[in-house]
Amino acid sequence: MAASSREHVLSLYRLLLKESKKFPSYNYRTYALRRVRDAFRENRTVEDPKVVEELVKRARDGLALIQRQKWSSIIPTIGLRQVKLPACTASVSGVHRCVCVRVCCSVCGGVC
Amino acid sequence: MMNRTLSRKLLGSMCGISNPRLSFAQSAVNTVRELEKDEPRPLYMDFQATTPMDPRVLDAMLPYQVNYYGNPHSRTHAYGWESESAMEKARKQVADLIGADPREIVFTSGATESNNMSIKQLEETIRPDTSLVSIMTVNNEIGVKQPIKEIGHLCRSKNVFFHTDAAQAVGKIPINVNDWKVDLMSISGHKLYGPKGIGALYLRRRPRIRIEPLQSGGGQERGLRSGTVPTPLAVGLGAACEIAQQELEYDHKHVTVLANRLVQKIMAAIPDVVLNGDPDQRYPGCVNLSFAYVEGESLLMALKDVALSSGSACTSASLEPSYVLRAIGTDEDLAHSSIRFGIGRFTTEDEVDYTVEKCVQQVKRLREMSPLWEMVQEGIDIKSIKWTQH
Repeated sequence: MAASSREHVLSLYRLLLKESKKFPSYNYRTYALRRVRDAFRENRTVEDPKVVEELVKRARDGLALIQRQKWSSIIPTIGLRQVKLPACTASVSGVHRCVCVRVCCSVCGGVC
Repeated sequence: MMNRTLSRKLLGSMCGISNPRLSFAQSAVNTVRELEKDEPRPLYMDFQATTPMDPRVLDAMLPYQVNYYGNPHSRTHAYGWESESAMEKARKQVADLIGADPREIVFTSGATESNNMSIKQLEETIRPDTSLVSIMTVNNEIGVKQPIKEIGHLCRSKNVFFHTDAAQAVGKIPINVNDWKVDLMSISGHKLYGPKGIGALYLRRRPRIRIEPLQSGGGQERGLRSGTVPTPLAVGLGAACEIAQQELEYDHKHVTVLANRLVQKIMAAIPDVVLNGDPDQRYPGCVNLSFAYVEGESLLMALKDVALSSGSACTSASLEPSYVLRAIGTDEDLAHSSIRFGIGRFTTEDEVDYTVEKCVQQVKRLREMSPLWEMVQEGIDIKSIKWTQH
């Protein structure tokens, strides 16, 4: 099934991660990234095509949800600042560790 | 008015305390202040007081706040029908989480209202001795789980009604009202990543539990709780319950790992720290630690970068040490130095590490300033000292 092909699933995964990084709230952002990674990792070995299709559908719904919700959570956080956690030396690729959000930034809160 | 009540309380319970403590305690109670202009907001580590809404819950609620705004009790048009169907769907989601039938769920404004509705029954059915047993499933201050199943069976065998306030337990530990033989259960929305202002009351149908309604009006919710059911809030509660059911195991694992990390790191770094509450029968996300020779309020103020609490939010205005800690037999001085760390779905390892680092740093600093600590270091046994009267 083309919809559940490996490439499709991988691109879905990459898209989910990319969208998750756009949450301005530190807690939502880190949760979304962690949850997406763990969910895909957990279901790595699933073979049954019906289950795979169901999971892919859930991933697509999740993606749509993140795309909607990141906007509804950007607006109230204009000007929101939080405590700056010390930068970690072992950083996950592409994820900023700093939690300062000084301006309404639609990319991951990277204005430290 | 505040100062008069305050000084009366202080004079009553803490005779002989010198002035600096008085003014310090005053400032502790009057800490309703705004953040400074550029002051960053603290980390959130108080998940027992309330929880942020999960983005999935907000996503479920928004359409009902904006577009589908009908009254669920309107029977004559589509706005009412769609709102009612959303409300009934939410009811089913709540029921599924606790193993109940949707007809056994009544929406209320929160766990407090549900508790009041259940307790009021006590006055209605007079029995020779006990008519209602009410237990908290998971304590909100020390996180201890009560043996609800055993208590439920006991109550059923003695024909006594059993109510439990499951506000801190729903969505965090598996609940089945039939296994536990629970007759009434209070549920709070904002404790499981749902909206504030909504809760539910579970009322067993077989055998039928009859309660007297607290508020009368248009007869909604089968006459048990009149007032329009706020559909967006109910939908939010339902979504929160469904998410909690799916994520229960994952969240529990995450919270356990983080809680163990917090406790072990703190205990490894500083001596004389006590974990309050049973080490096994507990919900891991509620960590209540007592730091000997350090005053709880001063530690809280010192940890201004982390949002913590020194006991339950409902009693934080009073200056008395936690009644829960006193009940489990904690020493008076240890009860005064207890801090509750709340860990939840959204807590990260970095936040825990930061909290540990700051906590250890501040405890060490406060202990340096403490003459009691100095005496302990010299080997003097504090308990053996005879304090003289002036």
